[in-house]
Amino acid sequence: MREIADDFAELTAPERLQLLLEFSEGLPELPERYAGSLDSMEQVHECQSPIFLAVEVGDEPRDTPGERPVHLFFSAPQEAPTTRGFAGILHEGLDGLSVAEVLAVPEVAPYQFSLGEAVSPLRLRGMVGMLSRIKRQVALKSQS
Amino acid sequence: MADPTAPSTESTFAAYAHPERLVSTQWLAEQVGAGAVGGPDGIVVLESDEDVLLYDTGHIPGSLKLDWHQDLNDPVMRDYVDAEQFAAVMSARRVGRDTTVVIYGDKNNWWAAYALWVMTLFGHEDVRLLDGGRAKWVAEGREMTKDVPQVSPLTGDAAYPVVERDDAPVRAFKEDVLAHLGGALVDVRSPGEFSGELLHMPDYPQEGAMRGGHIPGARSVPWARAANEDGTFKSREELEAIYLTEQGLTPTDATIAYCRIGERSSHTWFVLTHLLGFDQVRNYDGSWTEWGNSVRIPVEQGAQK
Repeated sequence: MREIADDFAELTAPERLQLLLEFSEGLPELPERYAGSLDSMEQVHECQSPIFLAVEVGDEPRDTPGERPVHLFFSAPQEAPTTRGFAGILHEGLDGLSVAEVLAVPEVAPYQFSLGEAVSPLRLRGMVGMLSRIKRQVALKSQS
Repeated sequence: MADPTAPSTESTFAAYAHPERLVSTQWLAEQVGAGAVGGPDGIVVLESDEDVLLYDTGHIPGSLKLDWHQDLNDPVMRDYVDAEQFAAVMSARRVGRDTTVVIYGDKNNWWAAYALWVMTLFGHEDVRLLDGGRAKWVAEGREMTKDVPQVSPLTGDAAYPVVERDDAPVRAFKEDVLAHLGGALVDVRSPGEFSGELLHMPDYPQEGAMRGGHIPGARSVPWARAANEDGTFKSREELEAIYLTEQGLTPTDATIAYCRIGERSSHTWFVLTHLLGFDQVRNYDGSWTEWGNSVRIPVEQGAQK
């Protein structure tokens, strides 16, 4: 996440939007087990667009739950590229990290992408909502 | 070449009070095809979206981006840009005082209607909405492009004039609403927000409110009731059945519309003003985010009486 934030920080405002667009286009498709079953995912109501997320925590290692890997899945419409871009950043930055690493990401991380000016702080609240829901799910699922 | 300043003449629009305020996707496609978009003395098409990246993913050929947050809002104070800033924004898009402007956008034209309303604050005469907005254009499989037109700003005498905003006719402030209590008010939010059942959107502190409910006496008419499935506006007859017959609103009465931040109520302001011909409609852009946070301001809860 830090590296992505640094990438954004080096760019001009229009370039930041372009990079966000690339993250939007790079958001992976949903795997078959989620496709068509949004009911099994959590809707992020903080976003004005219908976005859903699912969090999976690997089973191993059982004796050190903090090291279990986290995987993220997102569904967001093509006509909501900003929301997709936020999801793309979170996927790139968090997918594959351990439970402990994800839980250590500060809640304010979305404000560190230098996007406040280009995107508006208000819209960034949607990304804060995604992150807090991810962290809550990781906390819940890593205990089971 | 088609005359770009001629009003859209589709028969479906003719019944509206001000049919020249709407253009159809077909009409706009013909203007694009005839080279009237962005050409000298042509029309200027602006895309104004909630999603700031949407324009960059593809847009109507020749159209330019207008960001309601960056281009139309003051960066610090909760207010719109001033006369100089507005003139600069318009000139940069080759919009002169007499230019025909067509605005379209995502989310049922909420932000397009909002941009049109802001242009009305500055008295721009000829500004129109694309009926059905971006979604209808896309659904019809019409041409989209990622090419961003390179435009040279208008300068000198051709530049957009510095025209002071005249808020009074179409914009209501909190004090205006207080003075208007007992008059016609239209709350365009969802029924849950109106009743106070939904106190705030979760985790939306900037848009949230300390109290739920509605302005006393407001009629609950969610904005979407004015729109068809495809985002186009309902017919005049259908709109009259809702606003006049069912809600008892009168076109000659001073009327104020509001929502949460003023964008959905711009849509309803457009319906009442331009489609139904109400002659004194103001949009209260402070809306519930201001009212529901204000101290000692009357609030009513529960369903409409």
